Amino acid sequence: MQAIIDFAPYTGWVYPNETVFEWSVLIAVYPYLTGLVAGAFTVSSLYQVFGFERLKPVAHMALLTSLSFMIFVPTPLLLHLGHPERAFNSTITPHLTSAMAMFGFFASFYVALLILEGWFAYRPFIVQQAQKQTGLLGKFYGLLTLGSSDVSERAMRVDRKWIFALAVIGIPAAHGLHGYVGFMYGSLKSREWWSSDLMPIIFLFSAIISGVSLLAVLYVVSCKLRKIPVDLGCLKGLAYTIWAFIMVALVLEALEFANIVYKGREGVDVIMQYVTGPLLVPYFILQFAVGAITPFLWLSYMIWRGTTGKALVVGVTVCACLVLFSVFMMRWNVVIGGQEISKTGKGLLSYHLHWGGKEGGLVAILLTMAPLGLLYVLTRLFPPWADDATHAHS
Amino acid sequence: MKKEDSKPSLEARRGFLAKLAGAATCAGAAVGAATLGAVPSVSAKTEAPADGESFPTKDYDWTKHQWGFGVDATKCIGCLRCVEACKTENNVPRNAHQFRTWVERYVHIEGEEEVRIDSQADPVNIEASGSEKEFRFANRYKDAKVDKAFFVPKLCNHCTHPSCVQVCPTGATYRTKDGVVLIDHGYCIGCRYCVQACPYGARYFNEEEGVSDKCTWCYHRITKGLQPACVEVCPVGARVFGDQKDKQSPISLFIRNNRVQVLKAEMGNAPNVFYVGIDKEVN
Repeated sequence: MQAIIDFAPYTGWVYPNETVFEWSVLIAVYPYLTGLVAGAFTVSSLYQVFGFERLKPVAHMALLTSLSFMIFVPTPLLLHLGHPERAFNSTITPHLTSAMAMFGFFASFYVALLILEGWFAYRPFIVQQAQKQTGLLGKFYGLLTLGSSDVSERAMRVDRKWIFALAVIGIPAAHGLHGYVGFMYGSLKSREWWSSDLMPIIFLFSAIISGVSLLAVLYVVSCKLRKIPVDLGCLKGLAYTIWAFIMVALVLEALEFANIVYKGREGVDVIMQYVTGPLLVPYFILQFAVGAITPFLWLSYMIWRGTTGKALVVGVTVCACLVLFSVFMMRWNVVIGGQEISKTGKGLLSYHLHWGGKEGGLVAILLTMAPLGLLYVLTRLFPPWADDATHAHS
Repeated sequence: MKKEDSKPSLEARRGFLAKLAGAATCAGAAVGAATLGAVPSVSAKTEAPADGESFPTKDYDWTKHQWGFGVDATKCIGCLRCVEACKTENNVPRNAHQFRTWVERYVHIEGEEEVRIDSQADPVNIEASGSEKEFRFANRYKDAKVDKAFFVPKLCNHCTHPSCVQVCPTGATYRTKDGVVLIDHGYCIGCRYCVQACPYGARYFNEEEGVSDKCTWCYHRITKGLQPACVEVCPVGARVFGDQKDKQSPISLFIRNNRVQVLKAEMGNAPNVFYVGIDKEVN
């Protein structure tokens, strides 16, 4: 029989049961997707609640992106479970002291909120399509009107109030959801690498920069595909947002690391051995130097020089891609990195990524990309472009 | 759209939205109540399951016992009969990476600052035994000048405040009234949060069953008045088990007659495995 368990090589002293990595790359993908949801929602809120007019061209796309990714958030978890058919046990009979048990409730609440906000935002479009389209598509939109085809100014006013209210509720919901994901790691005292009060807030800020970056990339790509000029004001708005939040994210991560080193509790020697050894490239080079400091400096330069035109489009897009990569590395370094440091504080393990299998690299890539496929379908059904009828509510 | 149509429709929609808002409020209140409910029990950390007829041993009353485990590291000879007995008794996968109990060896070699630590799962020891199904400690230090050496048996600590129980999303892991932390394999979803949360590395994930597993102090034996398998087979009495409610039980005497300590006391888990004769490096 083929070995179903992967044993990790190690150095130093580790507990015998630790030689199996229980949380795979999929558990790094899970907070990555959740973070993109929260970050994309931030953009939507900046427009809907805080009146950042220049973000109007991406406001609807932000909602669709958030929804597309949120629908896929549970998939890495379900693939990881030993008994996925029992997944609802944690919702039907939640154990109230468990951070994980509440996930189903938070996630469901947030999905409902997103769908509701999306429905209000797209209602004029849905009504219009229901009247215009025939056949199956007409029936589909007709069903989505939920029996209300009133798009009078009075009705629109009510709708706008709802959108505003839902966007306001959505801010703590989206950010709470992701901060809570950080709490799931930060609250575990068994691992020094995770056990930090700063963890939820670090997760939150990295989520914001990843979601905003994703929208910047999606926006530029969508403009290219639709052969329309990129709204530089909007792109600059996204760039400013990334720039502002990346600073906070960097400071928080630095503080977190400084805390571990400065407190120097039992096991710090192994942590230092780890960060200066196996983690040097993924942590200091890829996550920080390449993924965070480079885009930060580049964005700062562009803001300082007032860069515009193609240089701005290329610059922001590349920076956004780097940030997306950096945040994935952050998830990796937390989830996989945490398990590579033994609970004994006296040894290190190394995770070997397999490409095949249900928890392998290919599935991880597929799950990260799948929401983009859904997003494509959603943009066909509900065009988010500012030049379409969808913006009756703007 | 006709103007007169819009008013009733608008009212109908308002009604619908009002109901929706009501439902959302109720849901919010429920979540809020649930959260508040969680607050006091976070510190208590465990909930005893209801007494039920499903209990396997009819004449066993779990309110009358409080089990405890003692390890006298000064007696352990590292024969590993406990490890093999446990694997056999509890159907633990026969490999060198999944254990309900294991034995650690600490060796101080003259001139070396760091203590050398291994367990029966160490590749050198597996090579010496020739199989992942039988265990022995290789005589790897026979040519070294050993200053000090000792063995430390390890197992689940059946903590009074178990991290695994705290984090289990379904309550499949729970602490019984007689002080044993168990797993309901029929309810465990296999998320492995408990494996991550245990500070002692006492849990492993059974891939074939799709559930977490760990030492139960042989609950199926102790509720029938027997000793856990590892205690039963220990030839030197390094493992001690008994009822802490019975003042003359082996564990009560062990705790009373020795200066005992627990592992990683700073975690706040309040373990119920008590150690004698371990050194500063043991955690």
